[in-house]
Amino acid sequence: MATKLPRKPASKPRLAVFKFTSCDGCQLSLLDCEDELLAIAGAVDIAYFPEATRSTLRGRYDLVLVEGSITTPEEQARVLDVRRRARFLVTLGACATAGGIQALRNFADVAEFSAAVYASPEHLRTLATSTAIAAHVPVDFELRGCPISKAQLLEVVSAFLIGRRPVVPPHSVCMECKAAGNVCVTVAQARPCLGPVTHAGCGALCPSYDRGCYGCFGPKETPNAAALSERLLQQGLQAQELLRLYRSFNADAPAFRDESLRIEAGLRNHTGDPS
Amino acid sequence: MNPPADADVSPAVLTVDGFQCLIDELQRRGYRVIGPTVADGAIVYDDLASVDALPRGVGDAQDAGRYRLTRRDDEALFGYAVGPHSWKRFLNPPRLKLWSSRREGDGVRVEPAPEPRQPLAFIGVRGCELRAIAIQDRVFLGGRYVDRPYDVRRRGAFIVAVSCGTAGGTCFCTSMGSGPRAQGDFDLALTEIVDAGEHHFVVEVGSDAGREIMAQLPSRDATSADCRQAERIVAATAASMGRSLPAEGVRELLLDNLDHPRWDQVAERCLSCANCTMVCPTCFCSSVEDSSDLASEETARERRWDSCFTTDFAYLHGGSVRATTRARYRQWMTHKLATWIDQFGSSGCVGCGRCITWCPVGIDITEEVRAIAAAPARTGGSDHADGHAQD
Ligand code: SF4
Ligand code: SF4
Ligand code: SF4
Repeated sequence: MATKLPRKPASKPRLAVFKFTSCDGCQLSLLDCEDELLAIAGAVDIAYFPEATRSTLRGRYDLVLVEGSITTPEEQARVLDVRRRARFLVTLGACATAGGIQALRNFADVAEFSAAVYASPEHLRTLATSTAIAAHVPVDFELRGCPISKAQLLEVVSAFLIGRRPVVPPHSVCMECKAAGNVCVTVAQARPCLGPVTHAGCGALCPSYDRGCYGCFGPKETPNAAALSERLLQQGLQAQELLRLYRSFNADAPAFRDESLRIEAGLRNHTGDPS
Repeated sequence: MNPPADADVSPAVLTVDGFQCLIDELQRRGYRVIGPTVADGAIVYDDLASVDALPRGVGDAQDAGRYRLTRRDDEALFGYAVGPHSWKRFLNPPRLKLWSSRREGDGVRVEPAPEPRQPLAFIGVRGCELRAIAIQDRVFLGGRYVDRPYDVRRRGAFIVAVSCGTAGGTCFCTSMGSGPRAQGDFDLALTEIVDAGEHHFVVEVGSDAGREIMAQLPSRDATSADCRQAERIVAATAASMGRSLPAEGVRELLLDNLDHPRWDQVAERCLSCANCTMVCPTCFCSSVEDSSDLASEETARERRWDSCFTTDFAYLHGGSVRATTRARYRQWMTHKLATWIDQFGSSGCVGCGRCITWCPVGIDITEEVRAIAAAPARTGGSDHADGHAQD
């Protein structure tokens, strides 16, 4: 069976990777695509990628991948410039998509931290919060995870290149967990697991190794964190531990933030019961 | 799986050693033998090399949202109820490649996905599971469009059923008429007898293939005492079942109560995590996904299990038609217990209890029906009897 196909366009799309406040782990996932790197280099012009090349071309880019959150006034300004240069902007990972682990500062007093850590905090120019890229500029696609999944990154780039919607379903980790044939750690061992409220993408990595899900991919679509919390408390988890479960890589993602604030309010009322 | 030509094949008795011969014989005939085994704190279905892989002396304690393995005080090989896996994982795998294609010159070549060659043999299929397989047969093979991936896996499958000697904590097959006796389309059906030093199986033959295999195994004819003992075991299991659904009227009850406040209450607890649909042995929904490589040279199409609990599953032009968890839970339960009857001629529930045990928050389908039955609001009316009222 053979059907005529249109020829591929001659010029390659230009790709750029930009970094804000982050650990570089998500960019490294791109470099980690060893088997696919040549194919990527063949399919796109890597115009700006400080981790991988020294060449820097300015101008406009067709596909821009952004890692990291916005934590300084300088970054606040730079992200506007990045957006202006980007035709299609994709955020990579928990920092760029939800503020990252550094968004724990959003629940605390940054001035107090700075004074405790630095001898001369007056030299610091930092914001009181760590925020997602989408809080500053429009974002075309958000890739979740801490770090992102290499397979999902390749999927987003491949889908962009052929002009289709990427297959990155927003449903629960539980669906991947069941497809993998895992035995549920919450039901069979009363282990706390954030899988039922967490966005799929990791392939249920932690439950596959007999651990509860840590929520690296952030909240799934229509999460019901309050109902999960109630169940985990019933199973014997302490409210303080439950709070820490939501306060990690995606602490500032709205569904996790709201739930952790609710739990914290319950703790402050000395009841230990967030409801 | 035709019924045996000679209908009066009398039951036989097989020892535990004889059971090993059964596995050997199936393997010798080229089957991939799959059955229950212990992994990660539960009874799961996996490839079986020998009778030693079966969960000997293992039981289970199940309740809504809770599952634990227990130690029995005997050496029973089938002394537990169903676990998180069901046979659909082998007949309709969670991920299935349908075809792939690659660019060739000016054209594109399409390759169908390879089909499995080895026939499947399932060991320890319970009554509820036989019914669930029959329901999926109806979905995938009945009617005008036959699902080829299911058909190639199902057609040559050899089924060794087991009548249940213990009711699981969340089972309600008795009220659904699907168990605990193994009845329906099997090749062999066993009842395990473990009693005062005795340990053997009373075997009923259900097909010509079953009879052929039995003829190869060391067995003796069952006496009427053996058969009475098997009957007693199944009757005791039926009597000890803790949950039930009403045999009649659930369809009308649910369709007459599409706006019942109970749907709001269950939606407050429900995580829309889809565990219930993943473990349900009759849920069959899937999505089809396309992929392409970086060079845009190769593409593939895959089918994967999907669920009415996701928003994407009900995504039509402009958005998801089931935006709320209330709408999704109601869709699941009314389809399973009501509109399934209109669509396929039977309830979609076989009473296996998996959705109750494996729901992380312990939502219990029998309790939800009871709650609506206790205070029916009858707000829906028969104009909603198509079951497709939406939020
Ligand atoms: S182990 Fe976690 S992710 Fe897996 S089914 Fe259970 S709750 Fe969901
Ligand atoms: S609805 Fe629940 S009890 Fe009924 S067949 Fe499905 S999993 Fe089993
Ligand atoms: S009923 Fe339970 S298993 Fe099903 S989607 Fe809701 S919370 Fe998940």
